[in-house]
Amino acid sequence: MNPSTNGYHPRKRANHHTVVAIVEDKPGVLMRVASLFRRRGFNIESLTVGHSEMPGLSRMTIVVDGDSAPVEQVEKQLYKLIDVIKVSDLSNEDIVARELAMIKVRCNNVNRHELLDIASVFRADVVDIATNSIILQVVGDEDKIDGLIKMCEPYGIRELSRTGRIAMVRGTKTTTVHEPEPERIARIHQTQGRRVEGDLPFSSD
Amino acid sequence: MARMTGAQMVLECLQREGVEVIFGYPGGVVLPLYDTLPQYPGIRHILVRHEQGAAHMADGYARASGRMGVCLGTSGPGATNLVTGICTAWMDSVPVFALTGNVSRALLGKDGFQEADITGITHSITKHNYLVMRPEEIPLTIREAAHICRTGRPGPVLVDIPKDVFQESAEFDWPERVHLRGYRPTYEGHAGMIRRAAELIDQARRPIIIAGHGVIWSDAQEELVALAEKAEIPVITTFLGIGAFPEAHRLSYGWLGMHGMFYANMAADNADLVIGVGMRFDDRAMGRFKDFNPGVKIIHIDIDPAEIGKNFPTAVPIVGSAKNVLPRLTEHVREAKHPEWLQWIDQVREEHPSLHIRESRRMLPQYVVRTLYEETEGNATIVTGVGQHQMWAGQHYFYKRPRQLISSGGLGTMGFELPGAIGAQVALPEAEVWAICGDGGFQMTMQELAVVVDENLPLKIAIFNNGYLGMVRQWQQLFYDRNFVAVAMTQPDFCKIADAYGIRAIRVETKAEVAPAIREARAYPGPILLDFMIDQEENVWPMVPAGAALSETIEAPAEELAR
Ligand SMILES: Cc1cc2nc3c(=O)[nH]c(=O)nc-3n(C[C@H](O)[C@H](O)[C@H](O)COP(=O)(O)OP(=O)(O)OC[C@H]3O[C@@H](n4cnc5c(N)ncnc54)[C@H](O)[C@@H]3O)c2cc1C
Ligand SMILES: Cc1ncc(C[n+]2csc(CCOP(=O)(O)OP(=O)(O)O)c2C)c(N)n1
Ligand SMILES: [Mg+2]
Repeated sequence: MNPSTNGYHPRKRANHHTVVAIVEDKPGVLMRVASLFRRRGFNIESLTVGHSEMPGLSRMTIVVDGDSAPVEQVEKQLYKLIDVIKVSDLSNEDIVARELAMIKVRCNNVNRHELLDIASVFRADVVDIATNSIILQVVGDEDKIDGLIKMCEPYGIRELSRTGRIAMVRGTKTTTVHEPEPERIARIHQTQGRRVEGDLPFSSD
Repeated sequence: MARMTGAQMVLECLQREGVEVIFGYPGGVVLPLYDTLPQYPGIRHILVRHEQGAAHMADGYARASGRMGVCLGTSGPGATNLVTGICTAWMDSVPVFALTGNVSRALLGKDGFQEADITGITHSITKHNYLVMRPEEIPLTIREAAHICRTGRPGPVLVDIPKDVFQESAEFDWPERVHLRGYRPTYEGHAGMIRRAAELIDQARRPIIIAGHGVIWSDAQEELVALAEKAEIPVITTFLGIGAFPEAHRLSYGWLGMHGMFYANMAADNADLVIGVGMRFDDRAMGRFKDFNPGVKIIHIDIDPAEIGKNFPTAVPIVGSAKNVLPRLTEHVREAKHPEWLQWIDQVREEHPSLHIRESRRMLPQYVVRTLYEETEGNATIVTGVGQHQMWAGQHYFYKRPRQLISSGGLGTMGFELPGAIGAQVALPEAEVWAICGDGGFQMTMQELAVVVDENLPLKIAIFNNGYLGMVRQWQQLFYDRNFVAVAMTQPDFCKIADAYGIRAIRVETKAEVAPAIREARAYPGPILLDFMIDQEENVWPMVPAGAALSETIEAPAEELAR
């Protein structure tokens, strides 16, 4: 390992595909998706998941390595999961893709200013500062983040945390789903599989 | 709406879903369910002797009837014992509904006594599974699970219910329909694609249909025959597709693959158009993918879009059920004749008959199967284990109808034979069901003989006793230079075992005894076991060696034919 780079090598991204999946917000969904990728040998570059504009549905952004499998198979296999409602391959779309990173960099009174200069070039925010270290927060596409990381490396990176990519198609097009559920069914889907709060009867069998 | 316990809801829902039989085994956490069973006399519970047997019985029941099969196990070991059976059903797309109990909610995740994360364990071998945390979720959950299980591409589902959810009461609210935004199987088939497929068929000079298990699930034998006849297309099947097309039909050319008929393999390899219907281009059927029939065009009709293009590039994909797509395709294709092509295949068949059984004084296993075929006039339902006997049962019996051969293809589960056959016999009480068993596989699940007796099933059990894990012995002979390791077995006296269970048994030691024994078994109204002491070193031919292409199919070597 080259100590000056902390072993960090940005991966080549020649064949990365961005896939957005709208999934039921239910326990186990993440495991189902992760387990599918593992079993089929699809390599995940990153996977981000969070609430969406639709109640009860989450949006997952998955960056897959297209060399490990044709994106079409990835899409079809995802669709086979009952909890996956819609899959959009954004590979051929004009998209805005962003990632957030926090980088904790070693610094001292002598070189802190250099680092702050670098941060401002990358429009990174300083979110914490201490005598011997500084946390930079940067938002951007992967190239920008890789660029900043590279610039920080000579100072020594103590910790690096990246969120993985989220993406949206430019313009009015969306990956949303317009299909409300009947109220009675939605009510049960909301709790299905979720833990029950409060005291439960104890019984050992 | 009425107030019910979770256990009552489960049984009420299963009954409303049309379930008549549950194959199960009790234990602590499912006691509330067992306690409630007598309230539902319309549901017959069959007590198995090992939960694997329950899953295979539900599977055999489903394959024989086309209906959903239900199995039930307790938490922990009961649930994990179901796993092999669930995976068997998964690989062959069989609608099996597995119901398990789990520890009470207060103990879930705390490694409670006999807790197993069975939903986690079965994620990759079920179409979907559920952990139910509230009694009021039971009706919708069971409805959804049953719907997912038997629609689209069928497959196993699992519903896991903690003990105290069985015990808790709630209002029973039966949903009239399910609404799953993430599950909408396509049945219709795209009109444009169907027209394009018809054009390709019209242009083809050497078309062939490969019919698979999906044709059977789709009940589309008639529709398949109509297409084949109108455009005069020869039909071969996969191993699991056996029965999808009547084998006595003039356009039938057997089945292809590792142990398929030589001429079927050659036909597939020399066709200019392959029409795959309800089959998934499995490696055992197709041989080495990259060298399968270079230049062939493929039309693939399958209900699961993910199967299309998975192993082979497809010229025309049609996503839909065989039942719907085939008649529309038939409508669009022109009537045609392919005399030269049929003659070509006929000629190959004449020169390489594959199914000829040589004269021999030995009790050849092929002869036993053929005699069974003749004695039963080709009407029996055959359930097999996995190995040589399985292949001979596929080759030397000739099948007329769908669901007539029941066998574990994708997972290749030894031990399927007896419980699978029990499930089939329960589904078809009037039918003549034969379990063709390996002497190895039989010993994996033979405790289920007790179920045959309990349920008084008139099952005919034939053991192909070669004293070997025959299929493995064959591989060691052919590919490991006859280095026979861990394949010879000292077998127990199977007749005595049958006897211990109160089942009649006959040992068949010579060729001359084969037909009389089969006749006796058929005349006997109850269950009976025949222990066929078959030739020990017979091999299955033809064979596509592991990793070879269909074009490299080899036939029985002369020295073996001289045995
Ligand atoms: C010892 C051994 C040897 C074997 N040798 C051979 C061999 O020589 N040849 C061979 O073929 N197999 C052989 N097999 C079996 C093999 O492993 C596969 O199980 C088999 O080839 C699969 O057949 P299939 O694709 O027709 O069925 P399945 O695997 O059950 O696939 C069914 C397909 O049909 C589709 N489908 C389901 N419902 C519908 C519907 N309504 N409409 C349309 N499509 C539908 C499904 O989506 C799926 O793609 C062997 C197995 C063993 C254990
Ligand atoms: C559960 C299981 N274990 C191992 C195998 C591997 N295997 C495939 S065929 C076979 C031999 C089967 O022997 P037997 O049941 O006697 O049938 P035969 O081949 O002799 O007809 C074995 C061990 C399997 N298919 N299933
Ligand atoms: Mg054997």
